[in-house]
Amino acid sequence: MQQINETIYNNVTMKKLSFLTLILLLVFACGNKETKNNDNAGADKADLSGAGATFPQPFYNIIFKDYTSKTGNNVTYGGIGSGGGIRSLKDKTVDFGASDAYLSETELSEMEAEVLHIPTCMGAVVLSYNLKDVKDLKLTGELVADIFLGKITKWDDSRIKEINPGLNLPNKTITPVYRSDGSGTTFVFTDYLTKVSPEWEKSMGAGKSLKWKAGIAAKGNPGVAGSVAQTDGSIGYIGSEYALSLDIPIALLQNSAGNFVEPSAANISAAANIELPSDMRTMVTNSPEASAYPISCFTWIIVYKEQAYNKRSEAQANVLSDFLNYVISPDAQNVAANIHYAPLPEKALENAKNIVSQLTYNNESIKK
Amino acid sequence: MKDKIFKYLLFLAACLVLFLSAGMVYALISQSLSAFSHFGVTDFVTTADWDPREGEEKYGALSFIVGTLSTSLLALLFCIPFSFPVALFNGEYFKGKKIATVVSSIVDLLAGIPSIVFGLWGFYTLRPFIISLGLSEQGFGVLTASVVLAIMIIPYASSLSTEFISMVPNKLKEGAYSLGDTQLNVIANVSLPVAGSGIFASYILALGRALGETMAVTMLIGNTNDIPTKLTDTGNTMASIIANQFGEADGLKLSSLIAIGLLLFIITALINSFAKLVMQRILK
Repeated sequence: MQQINETIYNNVTMKKLSFLTLILLLVFACGNKETKNNDNAGADKADLSGAGATFPQPFYNIIFKDYTSKTGNNVTYGGIGSGGGIRSLKDKTVDFGASDAYLSETELSEMEAEVLHIPTCMGAVVLSYNLKDVKDLKLTGELVADIFLGKITKWDDSRIKEINPGLNLPNKTITPVYRSDGSGTTFVFTDYLTKVSPEWEKSMGAGKSLKWKAGIAAKGNPGVAGSVAQTDGSIGYIGSEYALSLDIPIALLQNSAGNFVEPSAANISAAANIELPSDMRTMVTNSPEASAYPISCFTWIIVYKEQAYNKRSEAQANVLSDFLNYVISPDAQNVAANIHYAPLPEKALENAKNIVSQLTYNNESIKK
Repeated sequence: MKDKIFKYLLFLAACLVLFLSAGMVYALISQSLSAFSHFGVTDFVTTADWDPREGEEKYGALSFIVGTLSTSLLALLFCIPFSFPVALFNGEYFKGKKIATVVSSIVDLLAGIPSIVFGLWGFYTLRPFIISLGLSEQGFGVLTASVVLAIMIIPYASSLSTEFISMVPNKLKEGAYSLGDTQLNVIANVSLPVAGSGIFASYILALGRALGETMAVTMLIGNTNDIPTKLTDTGNTMASIIANQFGEADGLKLSSLIAIGLLLFIITALINSFAKLVMQRILK
């Protein structure tokens, strides 16, 4: 009896041990994203991983998958927020980060090596409102600022009526809805308001999260969109990629040329039809272009210029360069417009190509 | 030999859990230090400023502490009229009967519903109702959050108090009945005084649950970082500010959020150990 028990016990331990080994093996297998060197001649093989902004995630998911099916190189992407993307690149746990805000001078100086910003597509922040039977509401930047400052509290305020003569605006309280989480969307929105409203610049400023004066807050684009959809008399700012995929009322906004424009892909792209810096670290909000939607923005992939860090192989560097070129290729850019993003305009694409070509491996430029 | 191995394994497992909790406390404390040293512990706890703007950063936890305590205490208050009758029904009137098992398992089911589902229900059903009552313009706020929270903690409050009510010795009750007392009188004069502190303890434990609830509250409280002054005001709780802002936080803000986590941990631990203490007294 004793012996039988002993055997059973041993069996169980054996099973446990082999189970443990299996788990360990799995962990190692997953952790090991080393290069699978040249199985078919010529083309480099490597898997890439990136993390960051959630705003471009649906776009990235599609084009990264396309890239994988074209080249066989897996690209994984974690939508953990722009801040997380920058942190991950800093910690060198990813091949590329993604951010809706370009790195500030301080952030750049905190990185260990030179970082490149590659714009991948454009988006916008739209103002969605909930008012029964009110269509094509027109707003100006100053009105939006005053609404979110809590200075305009009723929909039939004379200043709103003045630019919407044809609309029958109700005597309803305005409930502004803003993001409760830190967000690139908030940054772009408030960057714009800072440019158009001196009072906003003085008392609120631009940032991923602010000290708000009026309204209620909800988490994420879905939270804001849901709160607006369910609350009579509310107005909220939402990322265009999310808002345009829903059929919700969106306000027309006056741009700096004086035109009231809708956030269509063409109008968003138009915002970048201006003089752009060669490193592409710029905000295109309040663009002077005549047809530009005023709250438009780039989103960026960020990488280290020198790719030979952390024992990275040359194959990895080559694949990364190839991959980045794919992201700004017409193939990938065409996808953008189909899923409610805006493609990069000509000038921006040219700059982006130049930036990708600056990538180096052991100080030699990457040929691809 | 087997016994010994088993004993050591158990010991190891128990130690591991201890180490894990100690590690968590250590991580919370070490990472909240920079917030505490920057603002001072008392200042951090007693100011309600939450200003994340670069260069003007100022963080205080008071509005979140108030938000957490007010929603949880209100929820506790709202849940009594529901959980107490359930406990009496299951522990006294229909003790051991089939119907009691049915009722208690249905109530326990409430505990298994994911918090986000409660949040959605509150968002789509309760909020429009509160708006239609004219209580507030947009329906978010402390009141909405508390009502949903109350429903969520009913199973915790009721199942434990059922236990305590059914544990009242039959001898005592039979004594009272033999003197010609009615059932209502027996409950009021025998069962409740005997089970009273147990019931109290179970409500304290339910309060502990309410303090840490995150998702449903985040969806309903409005997430404004000010101290709520009336029931229909929007506010924010300690758990929901962490859930909302952790993702993009760094530096001082991250440290402040972790400090709020530490405070929440301390408050919950205090309340839970108080309940345990009361229960130990009774079970002795």
